[in-house]
Amino acid sequence: MSTTHLTAGFLPLLDSVLLVLAREKGFAEAEGLDLTLVRETSWANIRDRAALGHFDVAQMLAPMPLAASLNLTPLATEMIAPVVCGLGNNAITVSTELWTAMADHGAPQDLAAGPSGAALARVVASSQRKLRFGVVHQTSSHNYELRYWLAASGIRPDRDIEIVVLPPSLLPDALGGGGLDGYCVGEPWNSIGVASKGAHMVTTKAAIWQSSPDKVIGMRASWAEQNPELVASIIRASYRTGQWCADPANLVETAQIMAGAAYLDASPEIVARALSGQFDIGAGEIQHVPDFFIAHASAANFPWKSHALWYYSQMVRWGEVAYRASDAAIAAACFRPDLYRAALAPLGANVPILDSKTDGTHATTYEIAGTAGPLVMGADRFFDGQSFDPAALERYITDQTPN
Amino acid sequence: MPNPDLSILIIDENHLRASIIEDGLREAGHGRVAVMHDVNDVARTITNMSPDVIVIDLENPKRDTLEHFFSLSRAVQRPIVMFVDRSDGTMIDKAVAAGVSAYVVDGLKKERIKPILDVAISRFHAFATLTRELAQARSELEDRKIIDQAKAILIKTRGLSEADAYTLLRSTAMNQNRRMVDIAQSLVTAADLLGP
Repeated sequence: MSTTHLTAGFLPLLDSVLLVLAREKGFAEAEGLDLTLVRETSWANIRDRAALGHFDVAQMLAPMPLAASLNLTPLATEMIAPVVCGLGNNAITVSTELWTAMADHGAPQDLAAGPSGAALARVVASSQRKLRFGVVHQTSSHNYELRYWLAASGIRPDRDIEIVVLPPSLLPDALGGGGLDGYCVGEPWNSIGVASKGAHMVTTKAAIWQSSPDKVIGMRASWAEQNPELVASIIRASYRTGQWCADPANLVETAQIMAGAAYLDASPEIVARALSGQFDIGAGEIQHVPDFFIAHASAANFPWKSHALWYYSQMVRWGEVAYRASDAAIAAACFRPDLYRAALAPLGANVPILDSKTDGTHATTYEIAGTAGPLVMGADRFFDGQSFDPAALERYITDQTPN
Repeated sequence: MPNPDLSILIIDENHLRASIIEDGLREAGHGRVAVMHDVNDVARTITNMSPDVIVIDLENPKRDTLEHFFSLSRAVQRPIVMFVDRSDGTMIDKAVAAGVSAYVVDGLKKERIKPILDVAISRFHAFATLTRELAQARSELEDRKIIDQAKAILIKTRGLSEADAYTLLRSTAMNQNRRMVDIAQSLVTAADLLGP
């Protein structure tokens, strides 16, 4: 088999694991890909270098291909996402001072999103100053899930609380230095805040919205059209990597590889926390969050069009775009379940037969139809009990606050 | 004198590189050039000087912070990343390849920006070359030291002249198809292990 050189950009976050292990464990090579990984310092660089073609593909925040295709970002280029890099992986972490105040107002130790949000709302109501939270990028899942959690807890983002943007690696220092009161970020940066800055985790992405997507492997639509075989190879390599990564027997090795200086450059013990779901959430308090990061189960790598639409609904909610049915169609078209399904057909992999699903309607695991039989899916509740039906997108958007 | 009226802000955590770019722009006739090393103060600086062009190094992890600040800014003249119309793709490509990005106040004509970006790109390249040459000079100096140590060992233990010691190292390297410094390093390490 001939080998094709491929350059991929990534940020030091645990969910770069699909790209990293595809290279380190030979899954890319088995597909004829000579994969070069380039660690970047900002999402802006990922966006620009992907748009310019310096990167063939890149780990991207799930809403990034949408923003690029909707012409909301500089160097706007149509982007697609045929693979999701797993579900979950984020948490919300606060400073020692804010945790003390939240605990005084009844915050729980179990990371439950509702009671934690209610405690924060009481702190915000009695606080002398406006609290400041950090997220990693404006068009990020972090920004939208933090805002979702705040709004559903009775806190109005921007008015009651300030939200600023900082890259993941700088968040723990900013929190420790008093520049931030809290942040929403992917692992290992919550655990690093806990270990090095006395921070406290208060809730997780998995608690706010169960089994929800965070990063994707994104690429220019024009490049994907010109290189359909490469795209299929990337999908197959990612799928096999996900399978390998999801096997508990490979957890220690995965943590060791990811901890390497070229990747997360952190201690393997810290990196392993998100993989095992066993967290020190602050001051030695241990919590088990089994669905914190889902690398492969629950069709975790499948790009649901409905998930793209949910992100679009949040872009509208926070005033980044006005709702237009044609824009919603562009957003949905960025996620490409068709490419995913076609690439995996030769493997006989079991892949969802539908392109969209409802979310917030399953409190426990359930089954959907797959190409090779029933597929078990994880619970998908939003913590405030809302549900999202992509067929009723417009009503969902109208009913959101603020609108 | 090109665009003497445009004000330019350089954001670079590398002090040396920032001053090399600043000099380049001043030499090209730009009088209104400011430099800052930390994005944290960016809000105040931008409000005070309202730059027409902002030049930033791509290694700077706070590009996302800067862009978020722009998006919140209520100023009418909001800076945008380079040339959004992409009509000059090669220019953007050259800049990013050199490791530099620029934000330009919306509506500013491309032909007024191009000379500024040209200076920034050439100065970024000049700095990269300088850094590379410095690293090379350092490593050559290190190599020289190791070879001198190895020669000294050969002179002392085998009673060779300096010229013969050098010839022996060189011929061994050639026979083994290795670099002379690697042979010298092996000899120095072995001598250390065997001790005085």
